[in-house]
Amino acid sequence: MPIEIPKDKWPGSIKAITIGATPAEGGTRATTITVGGQTTLPYLQFEAPTPHKPVIAIEIRSRNPDDWSPLLVEAWGDGMADPAQWAKKAEEAGADLIVLALTLEDSPEDAVKAVKSVLDATGLPLVVWGPGQAEKDNDLLVAVSEATKGERLLLGICEDKNYRTIVATAMANGHLVQARTPMDVNLSKQLNILISDMGMPKDRIIMDPTTGALGYGIEYGYSVMERLRLAALQGDAMTQFPMLVTPGFEAWKTKEAKVGDGVPEAWGDWKNRSIHWETLTTIALVEAGADIVVLRHPESVKRVRDAIEELMVPA
Amino acid sequence: MALTGIQIYKLLPQTNCKECSFPTCLAFAMKLAAKQVELSACPYVTEASKKQLAESAAPPIRLITLKSNGTEVKIGNEVCMFRHEKTFYNKPGLFLRVKASDPDLAKKVAEADAYKVNYVGMDFSLDGFAIEADGDFVAVVKAVREVTKRPLILIGNDAALLDSALSLLPGERALIYAADSSNFESLADAAKKHKAALAVTADSLDTLADLTQRVQSKGVQDMVLDLGGKNLGEWLTRSTQARRLALKSNFKPLGYPTIFFAAQNGVDKEAVYAAQAISKYAGFVVLDTFAPEMIYSLLVLRENIYTDPQKPIQVQPGIYEINSPKPESPVLVTTNFSITYFAVANEVEGSGLPAWLVVTDAEGMSVLTAWAAGKFDAERIAKAIKGFDVASKVSKKQIILPGHVAVLSGELEEELADWEIRVGPREAVDLPAFMKQVLN
Ligand code: B12
Ligand code: SF4
Repeated sequence: MPIEIPKDKWPGSIKAITIGATPAEGGTRATTITVGGQTTLPYLQFEAPTPHKPVIAIEIRSRNPDDWSPLLVEAWGDGMADPAQWAKKAEEAGADLIVLALTLEDSPEDAVKAVKSVLDATGLPLVVWGPGQAEKDNDLLVAVSEATKGERLLLGICEDKNYRTIVATAMANGHLVQARTPMDVNLSKQLNILISDMGMPKDRIIMDPTTGALGYGIEYGYSVMERLRLAALQGDAMTQFPMLVTPGFEAWKTKEAKVGDGVPEAWGDWKNRSIHWETLTTIALVEAGADIVVLRHPESVKRVRDAIEELMVPA
Repeated sequence: MALTGIQIYKLLPQTNCKECSFPTCLAFAMKLAAKQVELSACPYVTEASKKQLAESAAPPIRLITLKSNGTEVKIGNEVCMFRHEKTFYNKPGLFLRVKASDPDLAKKVAEADAYKVNYVGMDFSLDGFAIEADGDFVAVVKAVREVTKRPLILIGNDAALLDSALSLLPGERALIYAADSSNFESLADAAKKHKAALAVTADSLDTLADLTQRVQSKGVQDMVLDLGGKNLGEWLTRSTQARRLALKSNFKPLGYPTIFFAAQNGVDKEAVYAAQAISKYAGFVVLDTFAPEMIYSLLVLRENIYTDPQKPIQVQPGIYEINSPKPESPVLVTTNFSITYFAVANEVEGSGLPAWLVVTDAEGMSVLTAWAAGKFDAERIAKAIKGFDVASKVSKKQIILPGHVAVLSGELEEELADWEIRVGPREAVDLPAFMKQVLN
C-alpha cells in the first residue's frame, strides 16, 4: 500500500527579488539574477518546486587586502591588485554575482571609480559593501549609489545604526539594500520593518541574518535561518525576504583556514582543510535556506555549485 | 508519538472504580500521559489497550545501539525536525569503510582508529568501521578486531559468510548491511542469532516500509534504513519524508534511524554529501576516505548541529594556570564560552608563555556577545578578579583585556583602583606576539 507522505502547505511565501538591471531595464548588466520565490522549505521539491536556485557571489575588494590567507592570494594571484581584473577572474571562476567591498582608505571618488571599473569589466550584477564604519559607509555608498543610478545594485551593509542614509540613497537611485542583524529573528524583523517604514519597496530588501563559521557559532546562524524561513512561510510578511550570508568571510577568519603551521597534526592538510571549512559552512547554510552565499575561494565555489545543481533536480 | 490524556482515557475501562487510587479513569489517564504513574496500577485494562499503549510509548525513531567490547554508538531516539524545537540528541556515527580485498587494510584501520582530534576541550574520533565482504571476509574481520576495538558494520549479502564473521564477535552488537527483498529472510536469521542490527534497503519508501515489517515478523527489531536516492536532492527528500512519517504520522515501519554512504557518487563529493547527511537526520554516515582534514571538519559540524541550542558549551569560571605561571606572569581575562576560552588558552599554551587566565561567568557567551548582553562588563570582571582572589597569586597587579572590549578599561580602572588595566589584541592568534613584545 503506498504510504501517504505528510506534506506541508504554507500560507506564506518568500518574495522573488531581482538584483541588477539590463540596458532595457535602465542599467548596464548583461544578466540579472533573481532569488527567493519559495513556497516551502529548502529543496523539498515533493511539496513545491524551488523557483530560483541559490546563487554564489564572490567577494573582491577595492584594494589588495593585506590580511587575506596566502591560500586565497595563491588562488587569485595578481588579479587582487585591481578590482576590475579580480572581478573578471571571479566571473571566470563561476560567480553569479560580484561582491565588491570598499575599504576605509577609499575616498568617495576612489569608490565610484572602483565600482565603475568593475561594472565595465563584467556583465554580472553587483553588490557593494561599505567598509563597515557607519560614517564612512554613508560617504562612500551615497556617492556610489548616485553614480550608478538604475543599476539595481545591492548596497550593504545596513545595520540598525546606519540604515537610514543607505536606504534613502538606495530608494532614490533604484538600488536594493542588504539588511544585517546579529543572529536574532526578532532583530531581523525589526530592521526590515524600519526599512519598510521609510518607504523602501519590499522587492528591494535582502536580509542578512549574520552567521558564524563552522566551529565558531554556525549553529546559531543555522537555527536563526531555519526559524526565519519558517516564520516567513507561516505568513510573517516582515521575514519574507531572501537571505544572504557570508560563509567565505567567516570561514577565512578562522584559525583552521588561516594558519598552516604549528597547528595540530589531526587538522590534516591546510589547503584542503580551508576549502572544507568554507564549503561545509556554506552547505549547512544552503540547507538552512540561504539564497545568496558570498564565498572567497574558487574551489569552494565549484563544490558549492555542484551541490546546488544536485539540490535543484526536480523530485 | 505519545498519546494525550484524552486518547489514553479512551483506551481505559471508563468505569471510575477507583482501584488505581485515582477518583476517575480520566484522572488516571492524565497522570499516565504525564508519565507519573504506571499502567499496571489499573487491573482492568484490556490486552488490546495494553498493546496500543505500549506501542505509543515507544520512541518514534527507535534507539539503535552498536556495541563492541570497547565502545558503543547510540543512534536514533530523535524527537524533532528542527534543532531549535528541542535539540538533536544522538550524533550520527561516523564509520570508515574498508574493503576486505585491500591488502593495506589493517594498516589503514589502525591509523584511522588512532585518529583523535580536540575541539574546544572535547576529544573526537571516528566511531567505527564498515568492512566490505569482497575478499577473505572472516580472516579480515579477525584482523580488524586485532587493531580496533570500535563497533563494526559488516557489508555483505551472503548470510553464511556473515554468520561466520559474526561468530568472531561474541558479546558485540554489529550492524549487518543490508537486507533487501531477495535476501532478508536469511539475513534476518543471522541478525537474530547474533543479536546484530540489520540495515534494510529498497528503492522506494513504500517498498522499504513493507520490508521492515517483514523483517520484524522474522523477530528482528533493531533496523537501520538505507533510503536510497541518487543525488543530494533526492536523499534530502527521502530523509525528510522518513523523519516526518516517523515523528508526525507515528508511522512505525519507518521509525528507524538511517544509514548514508557519503562517497556513493565519488570521493570528490564525499565531504559535501556527508555534511548534508549530518545536518539532515542521518544516523550512520559511512566514509570512504580517511583524510584528517575532512574528518575534523565533519566532526566539528556534527558537534555544532547536535549542540543543545538551550545550552551553549561552557567552561567553569575560575582562574586557569597556563604553562605554570609565576607571580609575575600576566593576568588575561576572558569569558566562559568554550570556543572563546579554548581559542585563548590554546594560543597561550602553544606559545609556551606562562599566564593566569581568568575566566569570568559570562553565561557561556563570546566576548562581544557577552559584552553586548551586559554579561561581560567592568562589574563582572571586577567581581571575578576579587572572587577568585587573583591578587593573592600575583605580584604584578596588571590585567589584560581582550582588544574587542577596550571600551571597558576606564570603568574597570574605577572598579579595581589598585590594578593596572591594559588592552590586548583583538584576536587570540596575536596574543603570543603581544605577550612577547609588549608585556616584556
Ligand atoms: C554566535 C554569536 C551569537 C550567539 C551567542 C554565542 C555565544 N555563546 O556567545 C547568539 C545568537 C546567542 C548571539 C546573541 C547576541 N549577539 Co551575537 N554574535 C555571535 C557572533 C556571530 C559570533 C561570536 C563568536 O562566537 N565568536 C567567536 C569567539 C571565539 O570570539 P570571541 O569570544 O570574541 O573571542 C575572540 C577574541 O575576542 C579574542 N579573545 C577572547 N578572549 C580574549 C582575552 C584576551 C586577553 C585577548 C587579548 C583576546 C581575547 O580571541 C578570540 C579568538 O580570536 C558575533 C559576530 C561575529 N561573526 O563575530 C555576534 C556578535 C558578537 N553579537 C552581537 C550582538 C549585538 C548580539 C545580541 C546582543 C543581539 C541579539 N541577537 O539579540 C545578542 C546578545 C545575547 C543575548 N542577549 O542573549 C554583536 C555585538 C556587537 C557589538 N560590537 O556590540 C556581534 C559582533 C554581531 C554584530 N556584528 O552585530 N550572538
Ligand atoms: S483502576 Fe482502571 S478502571 Fe478503575 S478508575 Fe482506575 S483507571 Fe479506571
